This record gives sequence, structure tokens and C-alpha cells, in this order.
Amino acid sequence: MSILECLWNLCKREVQRLTAQPIYLFCMVAAPLIGLIFFLSLMRDGLPENLPIAVVDMDDSSTSRQLTRLLDSFQILEVRERTQSFEEARIEMQRGHIYGIFYIPEDFAKKTITGKQPKISYYTNNSFLIAGSLLFRDMKIGATLANASVGLQTGLAKGYTEDLIMAALQPIVIDAHPLGNPWLNYSIYLNNTIIPTILELMIILVTVFSLGTEMKLGTAREWLQTGRESMILSLTGKLIPHTVIFTLVGFLCCSILYGYQSYPLANGWPPILLAMLLLVLASQAFGIFLFSLIPVLRLSLSATCLLGMLAFSFSGFTFPATEMAPALQPLTNLFPVRHYFLIYVDQGLMGRPFIDSFGSYLFLLGFLILPFFLLKNLKDAFLYIKYIP
Amino acid sequence: MKNTRLRDMITEGIYDSLYIWKEELKKVFKDGGVLIFFLLAPFIYPVIYSFIYNNEVARNVKMVVVDASDTFLSREFTRRMNAAPDVRVVEVCRDMETAKRMLDRKEAYGILLIPSDFSKTLVRGEKQAHVSLYCDMSSLLYYKAFYLTATEVSLEMGTELQIQKKPAYTSRAEEIQTQPILSESTALYNPQSGFGSFLVPAILVLVVQQTLLLGIGMLSGTDRERNRFHTIVPLKRHFGGTLRVVFGKSLAYLVIYIVVCIWLFAVVPNLFSFPRVSQPFHVLAFLLPYLFACIFMAMTVSGFLRSRESPMLIFVFTSVLLLFISGISWPKEAIPPFWKAIGYVFPSTPGIQGFIRIHSMGATLKEVAFEYRLLWIQAAVYFLSACLVYRTQYILTRQRMKRRYQYAKERRDRKRARGED
Repeated sequence: MSILECLWNLCKREVQRLTAQPIYLFCMVAAPLIGLIFFLSLMRDGLPENLPIAVVDMDDSSTSRQLTRLLDSFQILEVRERTQSFEEARIEMQRGHIYGIFYIPEDFAKKTITGKQPKISYYTNNSFLIAGSLLFRDMKIGATLANASVGLQTGLAKGYTEDLIMAALQPIVIDAHPLGNPWLNYSIYLNNTIIPTILELMIILVTVFSLGTEMKLGTAREWLQTGRESMILSLTGKLIPHTVIFTLVGFLCCSILYGYQSYPLANGWPPILLAMLLLVLASQAFGIFLFSLIPVLRLSLSATCLLGMLAFSFSGFTFPATEMAPALQPLTNLFPVRHYFLIYVDQGLMGRPFIDSFGSYLFLLGFLILPFFLLKNLKDAFLYIKYIP
Repeated sequence: MKNTRLRDMITEGIYDSLYIWKEELKKVFKDGGVLIFFLLAPFIYPVIYSFIYNNEVARNVKMVVVDASDTFLSREFTRRMNAAPDVRVVEVCRDMETAKRMLDRKEAYGILLIPSDFSKTLVRGEKQAHVSLYCDMSSLLYYKAFYLTATEVSLEMGTELQIQKKPAYTSRAEEIQTQPILSESTALYNPQSGFGSFLVPAILVLVVQQTLLLGIGMLSGTDRERNRFHTIVPLKRHFGGTLRVVFGKSLAYLVIYIVVCIWLFAVVPNLFSFPRVSQPFHVLAFLLPYLFACIFMAMTVSGFLRSRESPMLIFVFTSVLLLFISGISWPKEAIPPFWKAIGYVFPSTPGIQGFIRIHSMGATLKEVAFEYRLLWIQAAVYFLSACLVYRTQYILTRQRMKRRYQYAKERRDRKRARGED
């Protein structure tokens, strides 16, 4: 029996096992796709729109009403309430009905005209950070525009050109260029990494589960015999069908993100598809390693859950790794998806030369060595440890 | 006569419930896998997350400045950028190419380009001077740090220029009133806009639901694998009624999770000093229906799980989805109706919303009445469904036993008949 034949038998055996239990279909195909559909539909507009705020209008003049209308015309913001007491607005915020308060003081119009510099105050609810930050930006623009429009009006009345007036109002302007994601689109910012992280979690879970099941069902010896008593051969044959399925699912996710949604993919398809393939392999290797380390299904699966969830933070796509406690920073490297994220930033978002991502690819490849350290351990476990239900 | 029977039934029921409670507790503490979820996860997650988000905001983010102007004013701009807490200028160079290469090598995450006519434009005051900011978008926090700091510096320097006695300015500035309207902003409830202060409280709430789902699912999965008739109700004397099984088991989980909740919601926030303005009574009163709803939901769901491992394979990835459905990061106003509807099925949705408002924003039960009521409704519905699940399982056990018994009897009869032949 040649090695190829042996692998073929192992694959056939595994495919039968995969089709026998519907939970595999759920984990390998359904779960990642549910995640993909969920996040893409959740953030389909890229930025949340019509976030409710309250305007506390103590002046109630035509000027203050005009300012309220100006605010309401912003896409992100919606003036849900107009009250005349701050207390009322604060309670509305505690009720979760609004995320921001825009306060226009008494005699606003009168003071503006007489040059007494009235002060607008705006408040954001930062325990809802995204809503708070977005509203901060828009309310600030609102206040600045109000300031500018008054200045512009008086200036124009005195016969100055707009350029001159603006130079007096705001001498220095910042032109921001967010590279790769000029729209500050949250879907681009989050989903290009959340989806692969879900995939990584499911790959590690399925790998650990399928290895542990051999032990649980008492089929480990038969499996090793099919693999000619070679651990490497048995593992390879068993996991090839997984690799194929997960890679296809991963490529499907990529095609939806970068084809259908046309998210930034500066350097084209090959770098990201290669990263996806390596992410699948690295996660599988991670799973094997974890199970070799704790060859007890109940414990290793629980450990996988704990680690898998941490990957969402440790990959550093929401809170950057460079800002974590220094002791934690090296730990981020232990998660395959961290390297996938770095590759996406370089190759997809920023369009950097391939050589800049070389290290990250190498890291992903490095995960493939992990299982070899504990191969002996794993084989002993399969041969001698008895499953305790 | 009837009275005593009822009283006997109640005493027996309570006795059985306590017996089941004790058995369930024993089972939990003998099961390492379950303990990982019931005790280890709630214990270490908050600690790890608090360490990860310890800095709260991006500080000293590395920036390279391309100063094509190289004048007093441009150097002043650079100096002030560097002096701000969120930004650190690692290098000032003359050309964009060098700066870009630094960005590629991650020696910096942003470029500030000061054009060659910067000073001239400012001194003449005929038009606005533009400064360009290029930012690596691998994290929005980098962008936020750069953008806010640059805006701040530009406004500050702008005001000073207006004040300085520059003939080109003063007369005109007075006439147009450079600042006809002042403004100030205040960040409420999370004054430093910290990432951890915003995310960790929500995670704490979610951890309760998810670990209960996983732990209870594992326990009943194990029961199903071990019990003779592959159901989750064993054929033992004390397991004779639906209510006593549901009461007994839920009491066991409740006792464990009261301890867990004390750690999560009393110790952890103090330990890591998250912004907190809550009144303990309201937190307590709010968490009670949340715990009930979570426990009974987990017990309901556990009736449908086939094996010990399936809860982990099915529920772990939903944690991320549920965190977003709760509306803590993605505002609830922007969540599509379909997902919003699904969100109402899970206690975590009203749980997180209400808890954040009570814990971080100082709301009382009155302000979170909607969420509070929803939690009680969920608790009631899931209690009934849990009873239904255990009732069905109980009947199933009986049926299977009867069938097995009949089958054995038939076989014996047949054997006897053959023997007599």
C-alpha cells in the first residue's frame, strides 16, 4: 500500500465521519457564514446613521432653531428631542434614548449679535464609545459652523472676501487622509478581521473535537492502523478534508468581502488568498498542538473556547497591540489571526510591498512546526489513554 | 385529609429539590470542564481584558513629520504635536518618500505634512494654511489620536496668531470677531473615552450568560451520554417531578453564580477602577432577573443538545455576535430589525443595555424599566420552557424504560415458551 493510497483511505474515512454528524456541517460551513452575513448586514451602511441627540434650547429664537435644523441635516445625527431643561435631556440619556446633548444657552441670539460671545456646550455619552465619538465629531462641526457662519456674515457685510475671513476665523486647517479607508467605514475596519477570527475559532474547535472524538468513540487504534501506525500520516490524512472545506469557506468569505463588497484589496488577490490558506493550516496546527498538550477532550475543548475568544482582542484590530501592556504584547503573536490581520493591513489596506509582510507569512508557516514537538505525546495519548465519559 | 396530603407533597418536593440541588453541585465540582466555565472563565477573563485595555486610549502614537516649510512656525507646530500626550514625533524629515518608508516599516503610524508655504500663508493671512495628515488605518485609535491632536494644535496656534499683534490680522479680526460663538465639549460617563471602560462592563455581563449556556449544556450533555435512556432526567427516586428537578438544579447554578456575580460586579470594577456611579441596590435588583433568565434559558437549550461537546461547538462563536447585537458598540438604532428581533431572545441584550446604564451612567430601575421588564418576561418564559423540556424528558425516560421492560418481558416469555416445548 503506497502512501497516497493510505492517505486516500484516511480521507475517505474522515469524509464519512464528517457527513455522519451534522454538527460538523454547522461548525465548518454554517457558523462562519452566519458570522459573515451577520456582520455585513449589521454594518451595511459603514457608519451608523441617525444617532439620536437632544437639543436643549434655552434661547428658543429663530437663530437657535436654525442651528438645530443645521444639526439635524447631518447624516449621522438626528435631533430626537428638543427640550428646555438639561435635566430632562440627561434622563433621556439614562433611558438610552439619546447619545448626545447639544446645549444652546439663554440669550444666544442676542449675545451673538452684540458680540458677547455666547458659549455652546455639547455632551456625548462615551459609555457607548462609537456613538459618542461620532456624535462628538458632528456636534463639533455644528458648533464650528455656527461660529463660522456668524463670522462670515459680519465679515461679508464689512466687504471682506471669503478667503480672508476664513483665514481670520481658522488660520490653520487639517486635511485628514485616512489611508486605505478614507470613508472611516467601520465594516472595512472591523469585518476584514472579525470574520477570519471566527473562522480561526471554528477551525481550532473542529480540529480538537475531531481528534478527541477518535478517543471518545474508541476508534483511535483503528484510525492509526489505517494510517500505518504513523502519527504524521494519520493526522495528515484525517485533516486534509478539513483543510479543503475550511479553505473553500475562507476563500468564499474573501470573495464576498473583496469581490461582492469590493473592500480595499490594494495588492490584488494572491497575497490575501495565500494568507487565508496559511491561516487555515496554522489554526489546524494550533488545534493539534493544543490537543497534544491536553489530550483530554473535555479540557482541551474548554481551553480552546477560552483562547479562541481571546483572539478577538489579541489580534489587535480594535485596540492596537502597540498600546497593550508591554508584557502582553509578545503574546499577541501566539494567535494565527494576528498575523493574518497584519498581512491584510499591509497587502489589502495600505498596498505595501510584499516583502514587508514576509515576516507575518513566515510566522503563520511557523505554526505548522508546533505539532511536531508533541507528536510522541499525542500518539501515546491515543494508544494508552482511555476516554472517561 | 386532603390538606395533609398536600403538605406531605410539598415537604417531599422541597426535600427532593434539595437532594437534586446537592447532587447537581457535586456534579459541577467533579467536572473539570464545567468548572473551567463556571469558575475559571469568569475569574480570569475580566483580569485579562483589564490588562489588555489597561491603557484605555492610544498614547504616544508614533508620528513622522515632513516639514517642507522648516520655519519657526512649522517647528512650533511639530513641537506642540510632540508635547501632546497622545502623539510622539519620532522623526522630522524633508521628503515624503522617507516618511512613507517609515510607515511601511511600522516605525510610525502617521505622517504630518507641513507644506513649504505654511509660514508665508500664515503671516500674510490672506488664505488658510493647510496641513495634511496621513494615517495608517490599521486602528481607528491611531487616527483618532492624530486627528484630535492635530486639530487641537491647529486651533490653539490659530487663536494665538489672531491675538498676536500682526497688523494684517488685528484690525480685521476685531471687525469680524474671530470667535463670535464659543463652544466646549464634555465626555459624559467615560471621561477619558477609554476603550476598556466602555467594553469590559459589557463583557462581564455577557460572560455570565455564555458561561452558563456552556456549563449547563455540558452538564446535561454528559447526563444524556451517561444515563441509561439517553435523556437528561435520570431514573432515580428523587427525580420524580418536573418542578423539583427544575428548582433543584437552578438553585445549584444560582448559588454558584451569586458568588461569580459578586466577583464580576463588586470586586472587579473596584479592582480596575472603571468609571462607576451606580447604586448597589439597583445593580442587585437588575442582576437578579438577568441571572434567572440566563439560567432558565440555558436549561431550556440544554434539552436539545445531544452531546457534551456540542454546546462549545455551537455557542462560543455567538458571543461576538451577541456583543454587537446588544448595542454597546454598534448603536442599537443602526441594527437591522431582523437582528434586533433575534436580540430580544437573549437575556444578554437587555442585560448589557440596562447594566451599562445603571453601572456606568447612574440610572435607576426607573430609567431601565423597559429592559428590566423584558428580563422578567424572559425569565418567566424560559422558566416555563425549561419545565416543558424537563417534563418531556421525564416522559421520554418513562416511555423508554417501559419499552425496554416490555421487550425484556416478551423475550423472557418467548424463552420460557421455548423452554417448555
